[in-house]
Amino acid sequence: MQIKESTIEYDAIIVGSGAGGGMSAKVLADSGLKIAVVEAGPYFDPKDPKQMTQLKWPYESPRRGAGTTRAFGEFDMAYGGWQIEGEPYTHKDNTKFDWFRSHMLGGRTNHWGRISLRFGPYDFKHKDVDGLGDNWPIGYEDVKPYYDKVDKLIGVFGTNEGLPNDPDGFFLPPPKPRLHELFYIKGARKLDIPVIPSRMSMLTKKINEDRGVCFYCGQCSRACQVYADFSSGSCLIFPAQKSGGQVDLYVNSVVREVTTNEDGKATGVSYINKEDRKEYKLRAKVVVLAASACSSARILMNSKSKQHPNGLGNSSNMVGKYLHDSTGSSRAGFIPGLMNRKMYNEDGVGGMHVYTPWWLDNKKLDFPRGYHIEVWGGMGMPNYGFGMNPNEFNKFFGLPTGGYGAGLRDDVKKYYGSVLGFGGRGESIAREDNYCEIDPTTVDEFGIPVLRFHYKWSDFERNQARHMQATFEELIHSMGGEPLGDTPTKEQDYGLLNPGQIIHEVGTTRMGDDPKKSVVNKYQQLHDVNNVFITDAGPFVSQADKNCTWTILALSWRASDYIVEQLKQQNI
Amino acid sequence: MDRRKSIKSIILGSVAGGLVVHGCTPGTESSEVAESISKDENYFGRTPEELELIEELNAEEFLNEHELATITVLSILILPPNENGGPVEAGVPEFIEFMAKDIPELQTTLRGGLMWLDHKSNTEFGTEFKSTPEEQQKQLLDTIAFYDAEIPMDEQPLEIQFFNLIRNLTLSGYYTSKVGIKDLGYKGNMPNIWDGVPDDVLKQHGMAYEEEWLAKCIDQSKRADIAVWDDKGNLLT
Repeated sequence: MQIKESTIEYDAIIVGSGAGGGMSAKVLADSGLKIAVVEAGPYFDPKDPKQMTQLKWPYESPRRGAGTTRAFGEFDMAYGGWQIEGEPYTHKDNTKFDWFRSHMLGGRTNHWGRISLRFGPYDFKHKDVDGLGDNWPIGYEDVKPYYDKVDKLIGVFGTNEGLPNDPDGFFLPPPKPRLHELFYIKGARKLDIPVIPSRMSMLTKKINEDRGVCFYCGQCSRACQVYADFSSGSCLIFPAQKSGGQVDLYVNSVVREVTTNEDGKATGVSYINKEDRKEYKLRAKVVVLAASACSSARILMNSKSKQHPNGLGNSSNMVGKYLHDSTGSSRAGFIPGLMNRKMYNEDGVGGMHVYTPWWLDNKKLDFPRGYHIEVWGGMGMPNYGFGMNPNEFNKFFGLPTGGYGAGLRDDVKKYYGSVLGFGGRGESIAREDNYCEIDPTTVDEFGIPVLRFHYKWSDFERNQARHMQATFEELIHSMGGEPLGDTPTKEQDYGLLNPGQIIHEVGTTRMGDDPKKSVVNKYQQLHDVNNVFITDAGPFVSQADKNCTWTILALSWRASDYIVEQLKQQNI
Repeated sequence: MDRRKSIKSIILGSVAGGLVVHGCTPGTESSEVAESISKDENYFGRTPEELELIEELNAEEFLNEHELATITVLSILILPPNENGGPVEAGVPEFIEFMAKDIPELQTTLRGGLMWLDHKSNTEFGTEFKSTPEEQQKQLLDTIAFYDAEIPMDEQPLEIQFFNLIRNLTLSGYYTSKVGIKDLGYKGNMPNIWDGVPDDVLKQHGMAYEEEWLAKCIDQSKRADIAVWDDKGNLLT
């Protein structure tokens, strides 16, 4: 069968509809360009009643919210997970990397934590500070104007604190702390650990007429029907369509490769339509890859031709290299002071109202770079798992655990809301030998060769996790609590989670001035082919201890402005 | 009409499409807003594939009539009904049946444990568990209901693991049901405006807000005013 080729020539094809792809779509469409957005998953709109999980009760489902089909519980708004049937990935040398994919319009932005942190001045030039890794070819001053624009376009709450490496911005006011967060503030202060209002992209205040304001259900991971949180569909793609943009959406369309001509320039993409399982081609002047750092690297490596025998943009052999995720380690504690709660609605925004940015000096520590502390707790909505081990904390009072009878009701109420948990999210050093590559032995159900991962943590990351755990235990004790579980040992990497688990995959198509050591230039344009750009987190040289989305958005806007300008000047 | 109740009645009604809901936080009279909230109780956000899986699981039968009856008896012993109902009103037996099919790893402990229970009851009292008088049922449960929290559960005797599993599923099934959530008193999962911890709660737990911190937080009376900043990022509205 012949591949069906479209006769339309788009100005640009954008592969992927998450944060990077959504922003590229918005900027290019608003500039009057004719674009195609190609998404591997189905159409999704947070306000579609058939797809909506927001405000659902656990008893509306027979499994009461258990995570059988969705890794973070069945009401979480990500179609996909750590494993997707028919779309495997493999590992090399028994190393570990867990890859989370969400195939739907808006991608992982529909369920993410909305923690929206700017990188600071040191984060772009950290090699200058500690000699490790590489500097970015751009600095904070290059990105700042775009962070400012992202703040205003999308909305983020937070506070201007004047911190040296956690820049101020254009913030909406934050919500007041909840009770467990007041405990945290008090406990942390005793240890000289700073706490500030968190910085997250939910609208505590109106920013325009198209989006609603947060109504505090605490369910941002389910995607918001009034568009009060940032999801790429509701905040970027729909507005791009609404403002008269020429946007063609191709959903359930899995891109196989970027097609090229005799001169080696990109001519478009080929994709498989999941519905009829046939291959199609789209043509465009520019191709923007934003399929996620690993997926975009996969597409490039699979785009082999006479002109690009090692895959597209891969003359340096750097595609897939320097893959890195945030470090992560978690711990929870039982806080007796939070027992016997009065009931009131404290759902708040989805996630934390306060957090701790990195606060220490690495010169006194046995690891480079830092981490921030995320806090959770409170009287959340019961879901599968709630009420299990109802009186486990009796052990702290020398009372029996287990039993049966009416007393269990009292136990459940007594301990409801008395657990507080921490997530440390830190910076790892990007290394060439942590990478993804094409596994020549395996294809997915669409016949596309899959990724094989090779990733090892170093002692830098392990020591950082050990420090997190020690800090969490001190914090829990400082709040008068008891840490749950044992302190993770050296054999357990001090509780350091597998790479990939924090879902901040970055670095696979890194940015640089030297075409031999990097894949894209500072405008995220392939060194090898001037009409292909990458606007997901692939171009990140390092990722700070900041969650990557706000920087993806700012950099995607910056790169997309450059695309518009280059097209206008007929350079590409 | 109590405004809180009015929200609830609108949200629980089976409606799709735009609706104006007024929300306010108890104790903050001035902060009132309108939101457009919709909810259609015919759906709970399943993809077509997920719906298909649920139908497949529903069509399978795991527990037989006797096992289901024994689980019902056990669940009532674990959580005797009160004015907000008990495990039966919460659909606990059906929930356990579903979960055993949804998470097949539970099956052997569940089924094996039920067999163990009947064997023990037959040996000691000459009848199967569900037909034994309550006093004797409790006598038996007293030997398996408590566990040592210092030992990992999968290293404890089968009968203790079994009862722990039934207790966990009973409680989780109950507290995720309509009657259980009411009994717990959970107040969320509805539109509202968060404006801080109530004063009496702060007092109860010995906490207080600092003026300096509160000054940074959202003034809920201005939530509907469109945000405008000066060039330095100071919010003007």
